[in-house]
Amino acid sequence: MAQEPMLGAKIVLKALVDQGVDVIFGYPGGAVLPIYDELFQQNHIKHVLVRHEQAAVHAAEGYARSTGKVGVVLVTSGPGATNAVTGLTDAMLDSVPVVCLTGQVPTHLIGTDGFQEADTTGITRQCTKHNYLVKSPNDLARVMHEAFYVASTGRPGPVVIDLPKDVLMTKGEYMPPTRIKHKSYKPQVKGDLKRIEEAVALLANARKPIIYAGGGVVNSGPAACQLLTNFARMSGFPVTLTLMGLGAYPGNDKQFLGMLGMHGTYEANMAMHDCDVMLCIGARFDDRVTGLLSAFSPNSKKIHIDIDPSSINKNVAVDVAVVGDVAHVIEDMTKVWKSAQVRPDQDALAAWWAQITEWRAVECLKFVQDGDVIKPQYAIQRLYELTKDRETYITTEVGQHQMWAAQHYRFDKPNHWMTSGGLGTMGYGFPSAVGVQMAHPDALVVDISGEASFMMNMQELATAVQYRLPVKIFILNNRYMGMVRQWQELLHGSRYSESYSEALPDFVKLAEAFGAVGMRVEKADQLDDAIRAAIATNGPVLMDICVSQTENCYPMIPSGKPHNEMLLGPVADGEQAIDAEGQILV
Amino acid sequence: MTTDINTHTISVLVDNESGVLARVIGLFSGRGYNIESLTVAEVDPAEKLSRITLVTSGTPMVIEQIKAQLGRLVPVRRVHDLTVEGPHVSRELALVKVVGTGEKRVEALRIADIFRANVVDSSNESFVFEIVGKTDKLNAFINLMEPLGLVDVARTGAAAIARGSESI
Repeated sequence: MAQEPMLGAKIVLKALVDQGVDVIFGYPGGAVLPIYDELFQQNHIKHVLVRHEQAAVHAAEGYARSTGKVGVVLVTSGPGATNAVTGLTDAMLDSVPVVCLTGQVPTHLIGTDGFQEADTTGITRQCTKHNYLVKSPNDLARVMHEAFYVASTGRPGPVVIDLPKDVLMTKGEYMPPTRIKHKSYKPQVKGDLKRIEEAVALLANARKPIIYAGGGVVNSGPAACQLLTNFARMSGFPVTLTLMGLGAYPGNDKQFLGMLGMHGTYEANMAMHDCDVMLCIGARFDDRVTGLLSAFSPNSKKIHIDIDPSSINKNVAVDVAVVGDVAHVIEDMTKVWKSAQVRPDQDALAAWWAQITEWRAVECLKFVQDGDVIKPQYAIQRLYELTKDRETYITTEVGQHQMWAAQHYRFDKPNHWMTSGGLGTMGYGFPSAVGVQMAHPDALVVDISGEASFMMNMQELATAVQYRLPVKIFILNNRYMGMVRQWQELLHGSRYSESYSEALPDFVKLAEAFGAVGMRVEKADQLDDAIRAAIATNGPVLMDICVSQTENCYPMIPSGKPHNEMLLGPVADGEQAIDAEGQILV
Repeated sequence: MTTDINTHTISVLVDNESGVLARVIGLFSGRGYNIESLTVAEVDPAEKLSRITLVTSGTPMVIEQIKAQLGRLVPVRRVHDLTVEGPHVSRELALVKVVGTGEKRVEALRIADIFRANVVDSSNESFVFEIVGKTDKLNAFINLMEPLGLVDVARTGAAAIARGSESI
C-alpha cells in the first residue's frame, strides 16, 4: 500500500494521530518549527503550550497516569531537550509511558557545536527506557510507532525521539502502525505457571501473610487492581500499598493497612516486619519501603511478581519470583488457588488480624486540631471529606505535604493519584495537574503542594489560565522546606540551614497577576468554606493555606532503622535516634 | 546467597545500531558494576548483529542484576552467562612490543617461541609479538617480557564462545 511520500514533519503528525494521540504538551523552537507548522494546519491534535519544557514532561506524565495512555511531549533542540531531562528521569523512575519528541540540528551540523545543539540521545540515554536519533525520513514512521510500543508495553517508561530538522523537511514514506514484532524487545507478559504454583503453595501455609503491592498494579491497569482486590478478599490477607500503588486497592477497605515505608502506617510496617509470607506485587523493594535492608522482614518467605526481571533480587533476595504482567499473574494465581481449594489456617489468620488490630489501636496518624492554627493533616482531611464524593484527581509535589496527602487522603480507585515517587521531583505536581485536567476536563483536579515546591514550576499558572483549566492548587504553606527542616531537626541539631523561605510572594496577588483566583486561608474554621468556594470557582484557583510552621510528618522510620523501630512522634534527641550509619543515608 | 565475588564471562548479542555500546557501558558505569574487559564486533552483517563479550566480576546477586539489566536494554537480543552455562572457550589477542639488544633480545625471542607467539614486526632493536590465548597465558607472557624490555602492550580483551554444538 504505497502512499505518496510526505514531509517528515507530516509523517510525525500522522503517526501521532494513528497512535490515537489527542493532546501533546510542548514548547516551540527553531529545530521543531516544521512540526509546529504542521500542527497549525490540522485539527486532530491539540497542543498545550507549557511555559517550561520540564513542565511539558510532567504534564504528559499526569496525562498518562490518569488515563493509562502514552503522554506525548514536543520540545526543541538544545535547551528544550535538556530542560526535559528532569521530567524524563522522573518518568523513568516511576515507570510512566511518555514519548518525547526533541528537535535536533540538521544532520550535517550534528557534532559541530551548532546553535542549540546538544547530544540529546547521549544525555538522555540513562534517563529513558530507549531513545532514537532518526537520520532518514523513511525511518520516521517505523521509529514513531516503535517508540509508542516500547513506551507503553512491558515496564512502561519514557522514550525520546531526536529529530534533526532536515529529516523533518525532507519527504519520506509513511507506514501505518502494524502489529509490531520487535526483534529484540519482547516483554514477558504471562507468568511461569510452575512459579505461580510455588507461590500459592507458600501462601496456603501462611500464618501471618501480607500483600505488599505497588505502582506496577496501577500500571497493569484497572483490571489488575480489581483482580488484586478480589484476591485479597478471597484470601482474607491484609494489604499494604506503596506510595506509587495508592488506589490499586480501596483505601477505605477494612483489609487495607495504609501505606508502608518511611512515612507509612505503624500497622503496615509492623505487619511487614513480622509477617511469615510476603506477597510483593508490582513493587520494587525501594529503600523508602524497606528501611534497614539487613533487618527487613527477617522471618518471611518472599514472593515477588514483577514484569521487569531486573527488579527481582535487586535489593531483597526473594524465595519465589514470577516475571510477568501483574494482571495475568494474579489471574493465574487466583485460578490455581481456587482449583487447589486453598484455605489457609483460619485460626492463625484470626490471630494475625488480632495482632494487626492492636497495632492499629496505636492510631499512628492521629493529630489534634485545636485553636485557629491549621494543622496540615487537618487541611488534607477536610479536603478529602469535601471532595471524596466527586471525581477527584490528586497530584502532589514533594515533601511533607506529599506524605500527609498519602497518609490522610484515601484513594478508592487507581489512576487518581499522581505523585513523584522515585525521583522525588519538587515542581512535579502542578504541571502534572495541568496534564490530568486536559485528560479529564470535567473532573476536579487538585495539586496538593508546598509553597517551595509550587515555586519550582509556578510559571504554569499561565498555561492553566490560557486553557481555562480549573486546577486547584492547595498550598500547605509553612514557610519552610518542611521535609528538609524536619531532617535538620532530627539530624542536625535544629540548625535550619537555608530551609526557611525569607521572601515568599503574596500568593493571592501572584494568582491574580496571572489572571487566576487567589485565596488565603489563615484559620481552621475558614477552611471548609474556602475549599467549597475553590471547587465552585470555574477556573484555576491558588489556595494559600497557612499551616502550622513546626508540624512534622510522623510516623517515621528513621534512616538506617528497620520497620519495627518507627518514631511515632517527636523525639528529644534525633541524633541519638539515628546512628552514624543511618545519618549518611538520605 | 553467597557474597563471594567471582569473575563471569557474559556474551551479549545486540542489534548493531548506533549507541548500543554506549548503552552497555553506561549501564555498567551508572550502576557501579565492574568491567574487566569488553570486546565487540559485528558478527552477522545480514542481520546486523554484534556480539559483545564482557568479563565482569561481582557477587551472585550482582551478576544476576547485570544480566537482567543487560536484558532490559531494548537493542539487546540475548544474554548468556558462559561461566555458569557450561564449558566455554575464551581467547584474547595481545600485541607486545619489546625493545632491547644482545642477550635480552635473544631471551625474548626464546620465550616467545615457548608461548607460540609470532613475531609480526621487527627492527634491529625491537620486536612486536602477537600472542593468542587465555587471559592467564597472556598475563604470564607479558610478565616474562617485563624485564626484557617491554615497552608497549595492546590487548583485545577476551572473546568467548560455548563449547559443543549449542549456539547463542
